[in-house]
Amino acid sequence: MKLPGIPAIPASEITPRELFYQRRHFMQLALGGSTALIAGAAFGGEKLASSLSEAYGLTDKLTPLEDVSQYNNFYEFDTGKEGPAKMAGRLKTRPWTVSVEGEVRKPKQFAIEDLLKLAPMQERIYRLRCVEAWSMVIPWLGYPLAELLKQVEPTSEARYVEFVSLHDPEQLPGQRRAVLEWPYREGLRIDEAMHPLALLTFGLYGEVLPNQNGAPVRMVVPWKYGFKSAKSIVKIRLLKQQPTTSWMQAGPSEYGFYANVNPEVDHPRWSQAKERRLGEFLKRPTLPFNGYAEQVAGLYAGMDLAKNF
Amino acid sequence: MTVNWKALDDTRLRRLKPLVFLAALLPLGLLLTAAWQDQLGANPIEKITHNTGYWTLTFLLISLGVTPLRQLSGANWLVRLRRMLGLFAFFYACLHFSTYLVLDQFFDWSAIAKDILKRPYITVGFAAFVLLILLAVTSTNAMQRRLGGKNWKRLHRLVYPIAAAGVVHFAWLVKKDLSRPLLFGGILVLLLALRWFYKIKSARLRRSYSSI
Repeated sequence: MKLPGIPAIPASEITPRELFYQRRHFMQLALGGSTALIAGAAFGGEKLASSLSEAYGLTDKLTPLEDVSQYNNFYEFDTGKEGPAKMAGRLKTRPWTVSVEGEVRKPKQFAIEDLLKLAPMQERIYRLRCVEAWSMVIPWLGYPLAELLKQVEPTSEARYVEFVSLHDPEQLPGQRRAVLEWPYREGLRIDEAMHPLALLTFGLYGEVLPNQNGAPVRMVVPWKYGFKSAKSIVKIRLLKQQPTTSWMQAGPSEYGFYANVNPEVDHPRWSQAKERRLGEFLKRPTLPFNGYAEQVAGLYAGMDLAKNF
Repeated sequence: MTVNWKALDDTRLRRLKPLVFLAALLPLGLLLTAAWQDQLGANPIEKITHNTGYWTLTFLLISLGVTPLRQLSGANWLVRLRRMLGLFAFFYACLHFSTYLVLDQFFDWSAIAKDILKRPYITVGFAAFVLLILLAVTSTNAMQRRLGGKNWKRLHRLVYPIAAAGVVHFAWLVKKDLSRPLLFGGILVLLLALRWFYKIKSARLRRSYSSI
């Protein structure tokens, strides 16, 4: 699959798959018991088959798995960066169902096993830009959310999609505190949700998602700040009206519905002009729509992006 | 032989001081060890910034805690550790500011100027740091004599707004979870309340003496 305007990366730039995973295993061995223990507790290391979709390759250097799985914002576990990986063992990802409902002709409850088989799994390397001005590059595994939405046949009234994450303080101890209004809710406009870049995601680095990264199923919307990509999703609702998300409720002047990555529009308390790519020393300039402007800028033609932040 | 902790003599205090000095360096030692062992996590610069900021606030609160603790315990010699503790607050503030200047911004002066002018949490943090320099510079015996006890005392009351600014700096930068800045803020309020309580108490005592 090749989208217009996305330069396919030259074959010479792609690390051969075997090498890529050898390096990962080497790192695991090198880091020895402690890492293996953490990794073992957090995710079974279950492999996910996929095909690398070249259209979504990036020449950016990948953020190592250790960083991707040990530096997380997942307030349902803990508000610190390293807490989620420590707490994530409590989350049970089987059995798991995702209910797709609302403005659809065929509402349905999908078992996670069925979701995994619903469409061919692709590996896509995306940049992730957090609203806190740091970023990563992650090889995700998933397929476009559009594949799932097509199955339930949205009605013509469906203009927005809401994602609801799991609410269970037993498994998600961070929910005992009202840091945000639980369950975590996020949303997209229907055309954003149907965009081929919007990925329904089940894995990273060739394996099922570590719990602290949003297992067993999450969204990845690479042109928006990270918090827009809901984790551990249990419900997807198609709506007529724009939903109010958890972050909009928490700080209406700081977090808008769109939350597109935009170096021109600062967070009221800090600048968004630059970001620190984890592993790099100097900050790099943040790109409009996180570098995906060619593919998605058209969705916002004529909109005032400073107002619709 | 038991040590009388209320009235520590000069010899004992002289022995205690280096121990306090070393203990105050421990946070830096741990940070450097973590850096050496590559244990600073995925975002080391953020971790160093947060760590040095945390210890700045902690030493500010410890030095503010000296007087209430002295009054509660009657151990007057504690006040002779106060300057060192205050200077350690300044020391960690310097590390915190250098981390921002060198590691975080890498001397990007225009970005730094914008930050100081436009970002309220950086504005208050920077203002607190500048005032803290003033206190550190005037902390010597010679400066104390030059300024005169009364003026010196008045100047060094700036430590209260500095500590408050530090707490506000912390509270304004967290995204959502205010629990830690509120903890620091709560301790600061408690320490100020204790001072106020002892001030009133001693004023009453003075009045009752003068009426005898």
